[in-house]
Amino acid sequence: MSILVFAESADGVFKKSTFEAVCYARHIANKTGAPVIAAALGITDAAVLETLSHYGADQVMSISGTSFDHFDAQTQSAALAAAAQSVGATTLVISNTYSGKAIAPRLSVLMNAALATNVVDLPSTDNGFNVKRGVFSGKAFAHVSMDAAVKVIALTPNSLELSRNERSASYTNFSFQPSSAAKVQVTGINKVSGKIPLTEAEVVVSGGRGMKGPEHWGMIEELAAALGAATACSKPVSDMGWRPHSEHVGQTGITIKPNLYIAVGISGAIQHLAGVSSSKVIVAINKDPEAPFFKAADYGIVGDAFEVLPRLLEAARSGVQQA
Amino acid sequence: MKILVCMSVVPDTTTKITFTDGDTRFNTQGVQYIINPYDELALTRALELAEPVNGSVTVIHVGLADSEPSIRKALSIGAGEAVRINAEPTDAQFVASEIAHWAKDKGFDLIMTGRESIDYNGGAVCGLLAAMLDLPSVNVITKIDVQGGVAHLERDIDGGRETSQCPLPLVVSAQKDLCEPRIPNMRGIMAARTKPLAVVEPSAGSALTQYRSYELPPAKQGVRLIEPERAADLINILRNEAKVI
Ligand SMILES: Cc1cc2nc3c(=O)[nH]c(=O)nc-3n(C[C@H](O)[C@H](O)[C@H](O)COP(=O)(O)OP(=O)(O)OC[C@H]3O[C@@H](n4cnc5c(N)ncnc54)[C@H](O)[C@@H]3O)c2cc1C
Ligand SMILES: Nc1ncnc2c1ncn2[C@@H]1O[C@H](COP(=O)(O)O)[C@@H](O)[C@H]1O
Repeated sequence: MSILVFAESADGVFKKSTFEAVCYARHIANKTGAPVIAAALGITDAAVLETLSHYGADQVMSISGTSFDHFDAQTQSAALAAAAQSVGATTLVISNTYSGKAIAPRLSVLMNAALATNVVDLPSTDNGFNVKRGVFSGKAFAHVSMDAAVKVIALTPNSLELSRNERSASYTNFSFQPSSAAKVQVTGINKVSGKIPLTEAEVVVSGGRGMKGPEHWGMIEELAAALGAATACSKPVSDMGWRPHSEHVGQTGITIKPNLYIAVGISGAIQHLAGVSSSKVIVAINKDPEAPFFKAADYGIVGDAFEVLPRLLEAARSGVQQA
Repeated sequence: MKILVCMSVVPDTTTKITFTDGDTRFNTQGVQYIINPYDELALTRALELAEPVNGSVTVIHVGLADSEPSIRKALSIGAGEAVRINAEPTDAQFVASEIAHWAKDKGFDLIMTGRESIDYNGGAVCGLLAAMLDLPSVNVITKIDVQGGVAHLERDIDGGRETSQCPLPLVVSAQKDLCEPRIPNMRGIMAARTKPLAVVEPSAGSALTQYRSYELPPAKQGVRLIEPERAADLINILRNEAKVI
């Protein structure tokens, strides 16, 4: 019995969501006594691998034997399943990222395991093994029992507080030989460089149709930069091409759960709120006091975005002040 | 080209979500059901790919008879035929195993699902199906073209987009941007009435998870308003009281 975490990496380092997955596994391990094994694909740098032990991995496994430089869900899930079987893993923890969502279901088939994606909290193990997952696009949560000996859990980023838990981990190599070459050939990657990915951001500044036009987004971006935030937008804003579709949050866009969501000139339609209502703290800035967003917000400013944003920016740039 | 589109039927996006029976069941009272928006995209793109090459598009749905209006709608949008596996879709593993069981020897070149169903948000059926059928899969695709038996794809990745290619057969999941959803016209609606809708009894697929209970997000305490002239105070509050920046 052991817990295997898929240590997803980007640009040669582990993602924050990976450390969250390790912490999640650590919590389960502290209850059951099972060891936490973090498995990385194609990462060999000892200093990078060591970071997994800071969050509670007892064993760090580096999987090699084929190239994992390009993403192919079939190859990666086969490698992870082989690794999991080699250590008798009965719980597998993965981040619910785009890649994680491609791998987790495949792993569950290969491992004959029960699957829960979009998991937002630690399991309760008093009566079976129950997880809490987001359903109805952020409008509700479900408690789901996982009724198989092996479980695959895909944990939504930002669901768990990171806590350091230094272990003196052991380091192992696992060689994986795929039975056939990857069928999916990646031909290009286009990353928006220097920006915080929306799904991982702890603070998000978002603009709606109240921003009047793409030429005013400088104000949103400046405030985001001052707060170390990612930027997002409402659906009509991306539909009109003011902002890229990848920034569209809501029921038919991305669901996010940052610590802080600042909505500027967004009315707060039910489909928009669905994607953001799990945010810890919500700020609404809208000139209409009747805007529905104020019912879903913790803090609000009834005012003109074009007057309020410069004031916020100035205060955000002015460093820490005592209230 | 033979394409299979997996379709789920979900509560309309404006639905206010509530539960009954001590929060153990979703309250379907007064709920309007629609084709899952991502599946509508998958269906439209499937038609765009199949039509020029005289291919076929089949829609499959795992669900009970009350989904038939939505299945007819898919036929009126343009699918040639539909299959309904007559069982309650209890979890993604059950749904995928039923679809895999039905599709495995039918020779589909391309199987399309939505990125996720907007009710259960599993995003799981694409990968499950592909693994069960031992096929490659690419999820959250924003583009697909097919030339000479090879699919050319673009998909969302965290913080960007990736292009790739893969020989058919293949399983993909549709993300927004794939195409503009097609709306049924009068001719399509008339034609849909006589298109085949086969009802198939389920095989021995089983669910490995069970939905025990539901909860709504905690209600907000009520908004604390800050005067627009004192907007700077908000930053202080977020820093020192809420401690989120
Ligand atoms: C099937 C379906 C799915 C959908 N999915 C999504 C989704 O995923 N995400 C999403 O966002 N929407 C979604 N929508 C659309 C949603 O219903 C709303 O139409 C949309 O969220 C409105 O965007 P908005 O708030 O930016 O624009 P509006 O509703 O036009 O609101 C603009 C707001 O800005 C305020 N404002 C104007 N000027 C100023 C100013 N100078 N200063 C401050 N405030 C100002 C106004 O008071 C108003 O409240 C969906 C709709 C449907 C039918
Ligand atoms: N009951 C169902 N019948 C057929 N296809 C389904 C069903 N449920 C989900 N799907 C397909 O799987 C996709 C992802 O669903 P999910 O894994 O539930 O988020 C949907 O967009 C559909 O294409």
